Amino acid sequence: MTDTPPHAPLMAVRNLSKTYHVGHGQHLVAVDGISLSVMPGEMLGLVGESGCGKSTLGRCMLRLTDISAGQVMFEGRDITTLPERRLRPLRPRMQMVFQDSSACLNPRRRIGDLLAEPLRVHRGPDGRRRRAADIERRVRDLMDLVSLPAGALARYPHEFSGGQRQRINIARALALSPRLVVADEPVSALDVSVQAQIVNLFADLRARLGLTYVFVAHDLAVVRQVSTRVAVMYLGAIVEIGATDDVLHHPAHPYTAALTAAVPRPVVGAPPPPPLGGDIPSPVNRPAGCRFHTRCPYVQDRCGVETPALRPIGPGHEVACHFPLAPS
Amino acid sequence: MQADPAIPLLDVRDLCVSFPARGRMVPIVEHVSFSVPEAGILGLVGESGSGKSVTAMAIMGLIDTPGAQVSGSVRFRGRELVGLPPRQMRRLRGRDIAMIFQDPMTAFTPVYTIGWQIDEQIRAHERLSRTQARARTVRILGDMGVPDPERVAGRYPHQLSGGLRQRAMIAMALSCNPTLLIADEPTTALDVTVQAQILDLIRSLRGTYGSSVLLITHDMGVVAQTCDATLVLYSGRVAETGPSGRVFGHPGHPYTAALLDSIPPLYGPRPDRLPAIAGAPPQPVERPPGCAFGPRCAHVHAACTTAPPALAPLGPGHAAACVLPAEGTPLPPRTPAWGNTCP
Repeated sequence: MTDTPPHAPLMAVRNLSKTYHVGHGQHLVAVDGISLSVMPGEMLGLVGESGCGKSTLGRCMLRLTDISAGQVMFEGRDITTLPERRLRPLRPRMQMVFQDSSACLNPRRRIGDLLAEPLRVHRGPDGRRRRAADIERRVRDLMDLVSLPAGALARYPHEFSGGQRQRINIARALALSPRLVVADEPVSALDVSVQAQIVNLFADLRARLGLTYVFVAHDLAVVRQVSTRVAVMYLGAIVEIGATDDVLHHPAHPYTAALTAAVPRPVVGAPPPPPLGGDIPSPVNRPAGCRFHTRCPYVQDRCGVETPALRPIGPGHEVACHFPLAPS
Repeated sequence: MQADPAIPLLDVRDLCVSFPARGRMVPIVEHVSFSVPEAGILGLVGESGSGKSVTAMAIMGLIDTPGAQVSGSVRFRGRELVGLPPRQMRRLRGRDIAMIFQDPMTAFTPVYTIGWQIDEQIRAHERLSRTQARARTVRILGDMGVPDPERVAGRYPHQLSGGLRQRAMIAMALSCNPTLLIADEPTTALDVTVQAQILDLIRSLRGTYGSSVLLITHDMGVVAQTCDATLVLYSGRVAETGPSGRVFGHPGHPYTAALLDSIPPLYGPRPDRLPAIAGAPPQPVERPPGCAFGPRCAHVHAACTTAPPALAPLGPGHAAACVLPAEGTPLPPRTPAWGNTCP
């Protein structure tokens, strides 16, 4: 095991960009020069609206998609251009949980089989293939870990509810004892009453297994519940990053402020906030200067010309804005 | 048709909808009753499978599954809609009652422009020339906050953003000035900042168009900030109904209270664990004989397991289908973890 010292980041990206060619000579810059470190044991929430690049960033971190420019470091090692053959031994230590719990599970295979698959594909820590008895024991432990009855191992995915299926997906991601789990909108498709169970499960697993999470979600309240640090993305870039409550309760970027204000609160009588005007611009034709200036209520001349860089405004709190909001 | 204040705009009584499955009838919606007053906004809230969309489809007369049964009464301005001949229903639909759906991409046909589709809807109900219809289309698109409405009317659905498509669909729904708008998860597919714009628009409809709204959603936050009254559905039955202030401030049904508690707070102290509701809602075929929420309820006892509890009155217009109030042990008022203030 190439264990990293606790003060070194488990995952780091440097000037990471991901560009898609969309035809007609046009490019869609999904992720635009992002630098970010994830420390061991940290729970980093990536928030933003659709098309902001949060899912693409999560996939780039795990090399699930090719990287256009920049660097990805995992456990202190550059994995940006590592060939798949050499990446495979690292895969057990970095896993992903997806939003659509049923699309991830082969409908024709039993749960026990689905959970055993990663254990059969990857060799054990001793470099040897795992024995059938060890696999069976591990599968039972996994079911226990996510509070599903071991008796359900012979059942098929469609026999489970959405929340149970997401538990199975989490168990499968954890089968090889990863250090880093990237979860892409893992509770968005679930009903509120079930969502809370899965959010709690993520917290429990972090405490029990010492996991490091990157939690991609659009729901700010869910992100607040699971994250120690939050990065807010807009059109492919991080506009604000910092400790969860610093960012969500004392936003310095006008976009973060608009995002938190737009969350409908389940409280009657709270006056609804004035909505932010306009739509998110297309990532193919990104505005020049500050990418938020077309919708920003505090826009000034400079914002349309000069792109603001992320700069510190408090301990661990950075913002990409020429005129950050005063802490409230 | 003049509004009679004594008659609610929409009055649904004892609505039951069942669908055939595996040789027997499965009740999806059971004995649902509610009313929408003139210029009121009622929120129909529930989790997936609670029957909220089926209720809306039954009101609109859009349930055409072979063998499906709709019983009970749906009165629109006193006129019975259940069993209305399709020809008469069609005249009502779109003109007096309009509906908007979650996904505007599938509600519009991709092969005609937005303007063409809205013109067609206007001309199906009113005798107007193409030019007159287009003028109204452009005016309503403008009213809905669509920038450059003339140009947008000439565009195809796929050329518009999600927010613009949803505005165009609301424009189409309002093109014949309906008295009732049924909105089925109108903001679920949208981002929060765009959702805030659309909710603002829906709230303004009663002022500008005098429309009543039946808003169907799974999001308690959307209901709290948009609706005067709330109806909570659980597993096809009414769990609780009342003025939104009462339902959110002093819920009478343990399900409503638990649902509100399970929403993670954005402000205030962060709990170590969310008070989650164990288990999942029952499948309609596996509904228990007593209270459908019984198996997941913290207050369940013998009285809950025999028959579905009747709606017990809790205050003016407020009722919950729970045995606790009748037993003299109603739920205490809620102290929301969210807090009522925010920075």
